Amino acid sequence: MFSLIQKRRYFFLLSAFLIIPGLIVMGYSLVTTGTLFHLSIDFVGGSIYELTFTGPGANEANIQDVFARFGDENASIQQLGDPDQHRWSVRSSIQESSVSDQILAELGKIAPIDQERSRNESVSATVGQEVTRAAVFAVVVVGVVIIGFIVFSFRQVPNAFRYGVCAVAAMIHDVLVVCSVMSLAGLLFGWETDALFLTALLTVVGFSMQDTIVLFDRIRENIPKYLGEPYETIVNRSILETIHRSLATQLNAFFIMAAILLFGGETIKQFIALLFIGLVSGTYSSIFTAVPLLVAWEKGEIPYVNRRKLEPVEA
Amino acid sequence: MSHHIRWLVFILLLSAFALWVSLPDTQSVVLDGNNDGEADFRLNIQQSLGLDLVGGLRVLLKADLPAGSYTAEDLQETANNVSRRVNALGVTEPTIQVLQGSGRILVELPGVTDPEQAIEAIQQTALLEFVDFSGVGNVQQYQGRKVITTEQVIIQDQRTSVAAAATVDPSAEATAEPTPQEEVALPNPNTNQPFETVITGSGLQAAAAELSQDGSWNIRFELTPEGGQIFGPFTAANIGQPMAIVLDGVVLSAPTIQAELPTGGVITGNFTESEAKTLALQLRSGALPIPLSVESNERVGATLGQESVNRSIRAGVIGVLVVLTFMLVYYRVPGIAADLALLVFIVLNMAIFKLVPVTLTLPAIVGFLISIGTAVDGNILIFERIKEELRGGKDLDTALVSGFDRAWNSIRDSNLSTIIICAILFLFGQTPGASVVSGFAVTLALGLIINLFTAIIVTRTFLHILVALLHQPLVERKWLLGV
Repeated sequence: MFSLIQKRRYFFLLSAFLIIPGLIVMGYSLVTTGTLFHLSIDFVGGSIYELTFTGPGANEANIQDVFARFGDENASIQQLGDPDQHRWSVRSSIQESSVSDQILAELGKIAPIDQERSRNESVSATVGQEVTRAAVFAVVVVGVVIIGFIVFSFRQVPNAFRYGVCAVAAMIHDVLVVCSVMSLAGLLFGWETDALFLTALLTVVGFSMQDTIVLFDRIRENIPKYLGEPYETIVNRSILETIHRSLATQLNAFFIMAAILLFGGETIKQFIALLFIGLVSGTYSSIFTAVPLLVAWEKGEIPYVNRRKLEPVEA
Repeated sequence: MSHHIRWLVFILLLSAFALWVSLPDTQSVVLDGNNDGEADFRLNIQQSLGLDLVGGLRVLLKADLPAGSYTAEDLQETANNVSRRVNALGVTEPTIQVLQGSGRILVELPGVTDPEQAIEAIQQTALLEFVDFSGVGNVQQYQGRKVITTEQVIIQDQRTSVAAAATVDPSAEATAEPTPQEEVALPNPNTNQPFETVITGSGLQAAAAELSQDGSWNIRFELTPEGGQIFGPFTAANIGQPMAIVLDGVVLSAPTIQAELPTGGVITGNFTESEAKTLALQLRSGALPIPLSVESNERVGATLGQESVNRSIRAGVIGVLVVLTFMLVYYRVPGIAADLALLVFIVLNMAIFKLVPVTLTLPAIVGFLISIGTAVDGNILIFERIKEELRGGKDLDTALVSGFDRAWNSIRDSNLSTIIICAILFLFGQTPGASVVSGFAVTLALGLIINLFTAIIVTRTFLHILVALLHQPLVERKWLLGV
């Protein structure tokens, strides 16, 4: 039987390879910008304009100029799609909805704006603060609910505490991977962390737990079935038995998301990309983090835990 | 076997109904139990689409008064006025929602073509006053200027400590160009006291824009009986004196009273057609008890929304076709059952979106598509189990039964965990600034719940019937089962 578990050190190394640079990027982002992520107007207030001009004439300088006249020297301006579509996106710190009419009128002097193909949004700082508060609350509630769910799911298993800790470790792995990617994309491509990012993150947590639960369920089922076998072999067998399911499920989610990424609308692509990275990480972490960690713990390879004799007694 | 047939009949009837509901042409469900030609039950069903898909305007309005200085009824009355103004603009299916706790009103106007005019029409307090200008000389100089009146003093007293609510961002203040409205309101030059308000807009019964003979637009108004009882005697006593018509503190015009006006009259003031119509509308709907400021707004062009719909549909169809093909190729005969179950899943979802109704936004469509991806997860868990049982030497029928039994726990637990997350996301989405999240959470959760039915019962029924029809070939050729 092919043994994935024996190679566990490589998997831990691979995870570290992904997460440690991610933490460095987040630290860098925290030091240089004051936040872990490039926060969108959902959280800090401001405005977004997605404009389609009916003709040429607009460029970064003259759009910048309009926003500077209204007090924002640092509006971030990007051209969307083909240059001959004359589509631009502007993100500004101006929060007042009332000036957006004036800004649009001024921009319309550069070249007429096709209102039917444009959108704009303004959010006040107060609304942003409320969203931030609600977001923190949601994350805390999800954390509590998940730990409760794990305790409940593994209540009849020997060493339930271990399973719980390993499942949570896998989830933290996924959260760190998604956050690292977001932080990096924020620095490199200006990706903005919005309410949908949080949605992606929490959905990933949900799916990650699904994967881990399916795998742990199988280990639980196999322990009494193969009583003579060493723990490591039983765990390895359980992985191989469920890996078809994991891959097939992953592949289907991939088909759907790839279709949205290739053919779907622009505004949703970042959300889908994060969701996809999170799903891959979720499947990876349940097989290559949660379970190897379980084995390492069983074999006394986690120095801190074993030195301190925290390991529960084998049932 | 017979109970599988019963389930099959039920599933087919349900799917046929769901398919009929989800067709775009189906606009209502009508039940006529006693066949008298009159509907005993009528339910209008139309897929409602979010602003990001149809285009339009979404405004979050905030009471521009300190909390505690107005009652919940005031806010509700303000919302009712907003609602009347919105209806008069001719917007179909507007949403006006009072968020009592935070003193906000959320207004959604799908498909509105002139968002600027709409915001203006909604937001203007529209406090109309007829003000006594008796004995004031050179009245024309007041036109377009701000004046202070007794009614405004009363209102300002109600708005105690407005200065305390200094939430205005200093950077934004610097950007706003000084407008003429910010000038000091003028008192009555004769007494140096506020001008006397005769009646306000609440004394009006009706108002309409009309084109005068000289080509300018005016507003003709009728008074309520109570308004007439004050206005009639006042005008009778002050013939030959000026009287100002003041809107939100600004003098629109200051005509001279020509005659007693006990029932109504005409407001002139060099209006354009759209100004006259907007003002007439505001006068009809009454002044807002609470002034409103725009806290956040979102405008989406209709074409942009239509492009999003088209792209999402294309992405969805392609994604589903690939999943259907994969399941068929990888699992063979069970794959046929899974594909049929997936089609049932899709029509059931679409019917429920129309029946509930669920407002579809772009994130909501994504939530639905993701739920399609996870819907087959249940089938995959079951089929992998069946394959294992077959490899373990069990016969076909036993493998089928135990495959479904054993996979049930995993399916239930894993769907439940995501449904819980969706519930938390839905609550998060109740914050006005994060409403995009709700759509995603609702469609994903609905998909997972419906999936518990389709992955287990629908797939099992189809698979048992397929196995019964093809029993001999399946026993002889295990590859048909994906083994």
